Amino acid sequence: MKKLLLALLALILVPLTVLASEGEFHLDHAPDKSADPAALQNGAKLFVNYCLNCHSASYMRYNRLRDIGLSDQQIKDNLMFTVDKVGEPMTIAMRRADAKQWFGVAPPDLSVVARSRTSEAGSGADWLYSYLRNFYRDDSRPSGWNNLVFANVAMPHALWQLQGEQVMGEDHKLRLDKPGRLAPAEYDAAVADLVAYLQYMGEPSARTRKQLGIYVLLFLAVFFVLAYALKREFWKDIH
Amino acid sequence: MSAMTAKLQGLLDWVDERFPATSGWKAHLSEYYAPKNFNFWYFFGSLALVVLVNQILTGILLTMHYKPDATLNGSGVPVAFASVEYIMRDVPWGWLIRYMHSTGASAFFVVVYLHMFRGLLYGSHRKPRELIWIFGMLIFLMLMAEAFFGYLLPWGQMSFWGAQVIVNMFSAIPLIGPDLSLWLRGDFVVGDATLNRFFAFHVIAVPLVLVGLVAAHLIALHEVGSNNPDGIEIKKNKDAKGIPLDGIPFHPYYTVKDIVGVVVFLMVCSVVIFFMPEGGGYFLESNNFIPANPFQTPAHIAPVWYFTPYYSVLRSITYPLFGLEAKFWGVVGMGAAVVIFFLLPWLDRSPVKSIRYKGPVYKTALALFVIAFGTLGYLGVLPPTPVRTLVGQICSVVYFAFFILMPIYSKLDKCKQEPERVTG
Repeated sequence: MKKLLLALLALILVPLTVLASEGEFHLDHAPDKSADPAALQNGAKLFVNYCLNCHSASYMRYNRLRDIGLSDQQIKDNLMFTVDKVGEPMTIAMRRADAKQWFGVAPPDLSVVARSRTSEAGSGADWLYSYLRNFYRDDSRPSGWNNLVFANVAMPHALWQLQGEQVMGEDHKLRLDKPGRLAPAEYDAAVADLVAYLQYMGEPSARTRKQLGIYVLLFLAVFFVLAYALKREFWKDIH
Repeated sequence: MSAMTAKLQGLLDWVDERFPATSGWKAHLSEYYAPKNFNFWYFFGSLALVVLVNQILTGILLTMHYKPDATLNGSGVPVAFASVEYIMRDVPWGWLIRYMHSTGASAFFVVVYLHMFRGLLYGSHRKPRELIWIFGMLIFLMLMAEAFFGYLLPWGQMSFWGAQVIVNMFSAIPLIGPDLSLWLRGDFVVGDATLNRFFAFHVIAVPLVLVGLVAAHLIALHEVGSNNPDGIEIKKNKDAKGIPLDGIPFHPYYTVKDIVGVVVFLMVCSVVIFFMPEGGGYFLESNNFIPANPFQTPAHIAPVWYFTPYYSVLRSITYPLFGLEAKFWGVVGMGAAVVIFFLLPWLDRSPVKSIRYKGPVYKTALALFVIAFGTLGYLGVLPPTPVRTLVGQICSVVYFAFFILMPIYSKLDKCKQEPERVTG
C-alpha cells in the first residue's frame, strides 16, 4: 500500500517536471532587509519623497509606520507633506483623470504592489528590485524612458537623479551613461531599502504573523503530546 | 448521589421527555459502534467538519467588515477590494481571520479530495452506502459552487476574470446560452450586480444547503454504519447484546483519536497561515492583489488549484461535434467529469469492496486514474501548448475510462477472499 502510494507520487511528479514552463526575464534577487529598521525607515523616506506624488498607498495609514520604529512626531515631521493627521492614509492630491491624461494610464496604488508582482520568475520584491534598477533612456518613448523588466512602461524613471542615466548598448546590455548622485552600489542599496519598505507595506502584519506563528506551533506541539497520550491511554485496551 | 447531581439528572430527564438529548448522544456518539480498524485515511471526514466550522465562523466575522461593492472609492479602488485590505490592516486580528478563511478554502478541498480517495480505496460508496456517497457528492458540488462564488468577493483581477470565464461557459449552451449567462451575471459584464448576488449565494444560500447536506450525509452514515479498510460489514458479527464484535463506541475512542488528527491538521494549516499564507501563489494568487479591471485581461487566466483538473478536461476538448462548437462539448466534458462520480456505486461490480482484496486490475486502474487526475490538475494552472493539450487529452481519456470501463474490469479482476473479521 505505501509502496503503491510512493510509486504514484513519483509517477505524477516525474512527467510534471518535463511539462514545467521556463521563466521569463531573469530577475535579480532582492536582499532581505525586512528585519532592518534603518533600511525600512530609509525606504519609507524614499517612498514618500519619490513615489507618493503620483502613486497613492491608500490602504496604508501614516501612523502604521510605528511598526518600523518611528514615533508619531517623527512621522509628522519627516514624512507627512500633504495631510496633518497621522491616522490618515497615504493618499495623493493628483486627480486620476489628470494622471491618465499625463501618463496614458493612472499610476496604480502601491499598497500591495509587492504582493501583486510575485511570479515563477521571483518574488514581488525581486521584481521591484530589478524593475527599479533597469530603466534606460529611450527617445522613442513619450516619457523618454524604457525598462528591461517592464517593456514600454508608461512611468518615467522617477529615481534618475539618484541612479543617473543608463543607455542600452549594442549588446542589449545597459551601461551607465551619466552618473547620478549615488554610486551604483549605493543606488542598489537604496533601491533595496525602498523595496524592503514596499514589501513591508504590502503586508504590515507580516512580522507579527511570523512571530505569532512560532507560539501557535509550540502550543499545538504541546497539545499534540497531550492528545496523543490521551488517545494511547484510551486505546490500550483495544486489540 | 449528591443533591446537585440529582437536580442535574432531573433537568436532563425533563429535557429527554421533550427532546432526544440522551438518546441522540447515544445513537450518534457513545453507542455508535465504529469499526476498530480505522486507519490514516479515516481522519479526513472529521477534518472536513472542522474546516466547515472554521469557514462558517471566520466567514461570519469577515462579513462584518467586508463590503460587496464594485464601485470605486475616492482613491479609484473598488470598495470591495479596499474593504479586504481594510480587514488585513485596520481590523484587529483581521489578517488572521482572513488567512484562516482563505487557507481553509484550499484545506477544504485537500481533505475532501482525500476523503473521496478513501472511498475509492476501500469501496465506501458500495451497497448499502450509496446514499452516503450521493449526499457526499452533492456536498462536493455545493463546495465547488461555494468556492467559486467566494472567489469573486475579493474583487481582484483573478476573481473578476475567473468569474467572467466560468459564467461565459454557460453561453456555449445552444439557443438559451447567451441569455442564460446574462441572467446569471445580472449585467452584460461581471459587475456590481454579479458581485452582490455572488455574495448572497456565498454567505447564505450555499452554506445553508451545505449544512443540510452534511447532516444528511451523517444521518445516512449512522443509519448503515461505517465501512472500514477491510470493506467488510462489522454488523455481521455481533455479541449477545447486539453490539458488533469489531465495533467500538465512537465516543470516546474515535473522539480522542480524531483530536490527535485535528491537532496535526491544525499544525499543517498553521504553517500555511503564519508562514506562507499565499500558499506559493496557489491559495492566494498574486494577480488577485490587483483590483478588478474590466479593460485589462491578464495574460494567463487559471482557476484556483482545486478546479484545475476539471478546467483541463474542458480545454482538452478541442473538436466541434454534431454542429455544436468545441466550447460547448468542453463544458459538457467538464460537467460529466464531476457528475460521473455519482454513478460510482453502480459502476463497481467487484465482489469485494476494499483494495486490500481487489486484484491487480483495479489497483492499476486506480493508479492510472490518480496520475491522470494529478496531471490534469497541474496542466490546468499552466498556459496551454500543443504538447500540454495532447497530454491533457490522454489524461482525460484515462479519467473517463476509469469510470466507463469499471463495470467490465472490476468483474474481470482476480480478487482475494475477504476475511470474516476485521484485520486491524
